Amino acid sequence: MDKLNGSQLQLKANDIRQDIIEMLLEAKSGHSAGPLGMADVFASLYFNVLKHDPTDSKWEGRDRLVLSCGHICPVLYATLAESGYFPKEELKTLRKLDTRLLGHPHNLALPGIENSSGPLGQGLSQAIGMALALRMDHKSNRVYCICSDGEQNEGQIWEALMFAGKNRLNNLTVILDRNNIQIDGFTEDIMPLEPLKQKYEAFNFHVIEIDGHNTDAIINACMEAKAIYEKPTLIIAHTIPGKGVGFMEYDFRWHGTPPGISDVPGSPPKKEQAARALKDLRTLRGQIVGEHQ
Amino acid sequence: MMLSDKIGQSDIEQQPTRNGFGEGLVELGDKNPNVVALTGDLSESTRVQAFQKKYPERFIEVGVAEQNMMGIAAGLALSGKIPFIGSYATFSPGRNWDQLRVSVAYSQANVKIIGAHTGVSVGPDGATHQALEDIAIVRVIPNMTVVVPCDYLETKKATIAGGNFVGPFYLRTTREKTAVFTRPETPFEIGKANILKDGTDVAVIGCGPVLYNALLAAQELEKQGISVMVINNHTIKPIDSETIIAAAKKCRAVVTLEEHQISAGAGSAVCEVLAKSYPVPVEMVGMPDTFGQSGEPEQLLQRYGMDKEAVIKAIQKVIQRKDKNA
Repeated sequence: MDKLNGSQLQLKANDIRQDIIEMLLEAKSGHSAGPLGMADVFASLYFNVLKHDPTDSKWEGRDRLVLSCGHICPVLYATLAESGYFPKEELKTLRKLDTRLLGHPHNLALPGIENSSGPLGQGLSQAIGMALALRMDHKSNRVYCICSDGEQNEGQIWEALMFAGKNRLNNLTVILDRNNIQIDGFTEDIMPLEPLKQKYEAFNFHVIEIDGHNTDAIINACMEAKAIYEKPTLIIAHTIPGKGVGFMEYDFRWHGTPPGISDVPGSPPKKEQAARALKDLRTLRGQIVGEHQ
Repeated sequence: MMLSDKIGQSDIEQQPTRNGFGEGLVELGDKNPNVVALTGDLSESTRVQAFQKKYPERFIEVGVAEQNMMGIAAGLALSGKIPFIGSYATFSPGRNWDQLRVSVAYSQANVKIIGAHTGVSVGPDGATHQALEDIAIVRVIPNMTVVVPCDYLETKKATIAGGNFVGPFYLRTTREKTAVFTRPETPFEIGKANILKDGTDVAVIGCGPVLYNALLAAQELEKQGISVMVINNHTIKPIDSETIIAAAKKCRAVVTLEEHQISAGAGSAVCEVLAKSYPVPVEMVGMPDTFGQSGEPEQLLQRYGMDKEAVIKAIQKVIQRKDKNA
């Protein structure tokens, strides 16, 4: 696959966001804020950083992308469909009976899904197992693990960090979606995580902090991680939950709510939410195109 | 010929089942370079240590972190390795059941879980370390295969069979020396129960080293003219319904035997088969819905009713019930 850059990636992320809104509207349940917030990271990974082959999802030479916070899977599904792993029409089956796009991802259901996730904290350990196996086999493929910030509450994460740090797993890059929200509220109210960078550094990680909507910064951070031979890397991607849809941005009430289901104070009436969201995204698309003309 | 010729004799060989696991693991490692072993700070006592010494590059020390260990094993398995994870069953699958359920079983990751130090026979360590619920919590999960070998020799065979089998696999081992009552040539096939001794009045269907008590009970009752069939139902899942139903049809009375909570364990699995296909009176020998305590293994088996005397009582009781029904 040809790599995308700059405005091409921003437009791809915009397509992914529109897919997400349309999927969630059809599914009538699922998470909005996290998937929208991570669209730029997923676009950058699948259309620039990752070695992968949508026509051969089991290709030995592929990099592994492990989604640890399974609830943001709409962004993964939309990105896989945009990459060509399966037809885009199938996105509309999200969460429906006999779908391959389960409410939380299943490794055996759909090509391109490396692991099953949903219960938080489990993906990082699996990513470590994959990184270890690659190292044992002297393979140069890399493992990328996407975690959420709320997920850092889980004890298993810290077990896994101790292990990755001790074993200097330099082929592992963890990308942490720092959007500051979890279901019950803001992360720093529910269970404070800061100073997150220093905590990871103390566990022997190389830490890079970036704007998670800057595709150049995402790509550069992944390249920097490849150049670090002594330790695993954590990329803290500061994102805006609900990014691209004005009324969802920064609002934790949109963490686990799809558009069109409930009247959220401060947001448009439920019947207008999806149309408003898509309108916002089309406006954003126009701005991206305009800026680069 | 299924059985040692020293049943009931004081000089029958004694070996812990965990030794059979340790030796089987090394044999597997010799043959298959994809076999790897992990432990959570329990290399010696789970008997992973021999593999660790021979194949240090395929050994992974995870520290006291069972959740992470299960997840790492899943990741290794999803990358083509055959990981064996060794810990005490109270911690693995006790503490990391969610990781077993999602990262391993749901994902069909080819992970082999070794639950060591099971049953009250763990002894002086007391209730916290005596796994008595592991069969229940493992067999309830879809995609799992669950094996409870009865002695050192069978554990070695089961370890090798489990390594060659593709899929999530739970193997239960024990700490104490117990009688080696099978023979090197006794067959072992996952999912196929062994009839250790034929009989006509009652069938004892059990698993694990405690099954030796059924053989001792059978010897004693034969003298009183009671004919006891003894079945080694080593695979709890998938269960050998055919052998169980045939035994029930022949004997029309069943005693189940295990060193595990009676509720939801191996005996319950037998009852599920019988209730559906061929109901007969059943007495269940196992841990009677209570936690254990410190003590010597034989004291504890006697206290909680899993020794030879308990099996004899259960057999007598079930025969009475059968006769009443007749």
